[in-house]
Amino acid sequence: MIKELTYPFDADEIIVKKRAIKRKLLEDKDNMVSKKVAILGGYTTNNVKNILELFLMANGILPEFYESEYARYYEDAVFGSEELDSFAPDLVYICTCNRNVPFYPEITDSAEEIDRLLDDTYSRFLNMWESIRKRYNCPVIQNNFEMPYYRLLGNSDASDLHGKVNFLTRLNMKFYEYARSGNGLYICDINYISADYGLSEWSDPFYWYMYKYGLNASAIPYLAMNVANIIKSIYGKNKKGLVLDLDNTLWGGVIGDDGQDGIEIGQESSDAQAYSEFQDYISEQKKIGVLLNVNSKNDVENAMLGLQHPDSKLSPDDFICIKSNWEPKDRNFKEIADELGLLPESLVFVDDNPAERQIVTDSLPGVSAPELGDIHERIRVLDRSGFFEVTFLSDDDLKRNDMYKKNVIRRKQSELFSDYHEYLLSLGMKAVIRPFEELYYPRIAQLTNKSNQFNLTTKRYTVEEIASAAADNMTITLYGRLEDRYGDNGIVSVVIGSVSGEVCDITLWLMSCRVLKRDMEYAMFDALVDKCRERGIKTIIGNYYPTSKNSMVAEHYKTLGFSLCSEDEQGHTVWSFDIPFEYSRKNTVIDIGK
Amino acid sequence: MTREKIYDKLNRVFQDVFDNETLEIEDNTTADDIEDWDSLTHIDLVVAVEKEFGIKFSMGEVRKLQNVGEMVDIILKRI
Repeated sequence: MIKELTYPFDADEIIVKKRAIKRKLLEDKDNMVSKKVAILGGYTTNNVKNILELFLMANGILPEFYESEYARYYEDAVFGSEELDSFAPDLVYICTCNRNVPFYPEITDSAEEIDRLLDDTYSRFLNMWESIRKRYNCPVIQNNFEMPYYRLLGNSDASDLHGKVNFLTRLNMKFYEYARSGNGLYICDINYISADYGLSEWSDPFYWYMYKYGLNASAIPYLAMNVANIIKSIYGKNKKGLVLDLDNTLWGGVIGDDGQDGIEIGQESSDAQAYSEFQDYISEQKKIGVLLNVNSKNDVENAMLGLQHPDSKLSPDDFICIKSNWEPKDRNFKEIADELGLLPESLVFVDDNPAERQIVTDSLPGVSAPELGDIHERIRVLDRSGFFEVTFLSDDDLKRNDMYKKNVIRRKQSELFSDYHEYLLSLGMKAVIRPFEELYYPRIAQLTNKSNQFNLTTKRYTVEEIASAAADNMTITLYGRLEDRYGDNGIVSVVIGSVSGEVCDITLWLMSCRVLKRDMEYAMFDALVDKCRERGIKTIIGNYYPTSKNSMVAEHYKTLGFSLCSEDEQGHTVWSFDIPFEYSRKNTVIDIGK
Repeated sequence: MTREKIYDKLNRVFQDVFDNETLEIEDNTTADDIEDWDSLTHIDLVVAVEKEFGIKFSMGEVRKLQNVGEMVDIILKRI
């Protein structure tokens, strides 16, 4: 992650140096996914666009922008425009502020009149969201409203129906209700961001009078970072876990010197309280599916002593990998990533020692290692960074720590078997493989956006596109869910094939790396062959598009018995498989349930 | 701070904003002399100068700015 854009950043420096920062980011543009983002603004959004571009690129997304004419957000959203239609956005961002609320309650209005005004104001926005959905079928990000710059009724402005504070709060609540209904609307919470920044500064009218900016120019990086966080989360680019140091990170002091009684954790001192709250925060992260790991320079016995401290909020069981030894931290970090089957850059390094952060980020570029500051600042630093921005929380997310931990147990088990096939049988695996079902659309879309390694085409889908694929007669869709004696892995594999005559062309095949080498790909192929035969399909075509991350599946189709048809200069290979009359199942270890 | 010193600092600000290390400004440099100096970059420039010198321009000052020399005059008055 580029230093200038890592929270806590210097916002003005980003504005001043944005051209140089962009130049630096563009060096890595071959590794980014392209996305078309339409910004429909209620004010001058040019600089929002420019800074958003930087934050998106830093998250591996290369944006192409459409920007509505000044304050034409409503017209563009509701009536569309030729230019916007041909742009065909992947995502729409409605960037408005409370100056875009046309009418506020009059002090003489009755409660009913205010209710009506509220409904009218809300309908205006609802109309935009629904029109966009109909026309472009894509996710929409909508700013909620920041609180007003002044309070006519003083503190009563909050509780009195005539107050602007009250009115905007009610309006915001209506936005949230719609966002909760799963219609692809995501709220950018500028109400919180502006409070965090300082409302007087955020809403300094200088910028409105001078430039028609809806916020202070210097606040734009904070807005842009938040929008970028939502977008990268929608496209599955969230981080997956934390790698935590122990001494002076999870507790105060050095366990090896101070002993279990000597470390700061609990309620005895202000430092101890601060470390306790930090541990609480980390343990809350775990509940939303953030994978926790330890990377510490300590004898492992001492590490355990610290984590077993009676006042410790976290216990050894909360972690998947605990690396406590005297190896260099970058090596431990890499090993943790390998054991989890993840790329190092999907993990965040949390260490109070700048030298250790440097070693890890130097040797593993792409890893985020925020400057943590003093213990009382650390929750804020991690929280505002938005590494784990939640746009959708699946059941699998909630169980993720458990699933990864069981994987580590499985790996240890496998060492006891001399024959790998026997080991696979011993797992008692059961799979469910079925066409896409509505309940799972979000999880399936999430997988298409975050699987990089076992992914043949790396094609990304939104929830809306997954729904269209499922509804399309000429498309075969399959999801696979795998369970074994250690537990349920959830949905781990997705295949999409497009049918034309007697040919099925596989446009997407991916699998989660946590079930590698379990023969799940065979089970998926068997299911695909079944589906093809039902439809009288004779030939299956597979494509492999190489990326910097998916070399593990370069020979995937060859392994399944496909023959190579063509290969171009970029290494894109096309494979074909004629379904034989007597097809013998490739999967012999997984039970396929109904 | 002398006018000369302000110019040193200001020149660096301009180089950063326009991402051009060879840029040299003088009293009568205006937006017409620098290709990328449009109304939007002007806002960045104001933010950058305010940050560099720890001052805030008033609306009137920003509106009236005609050339670099006037900017330096204002800075001299404020610091």
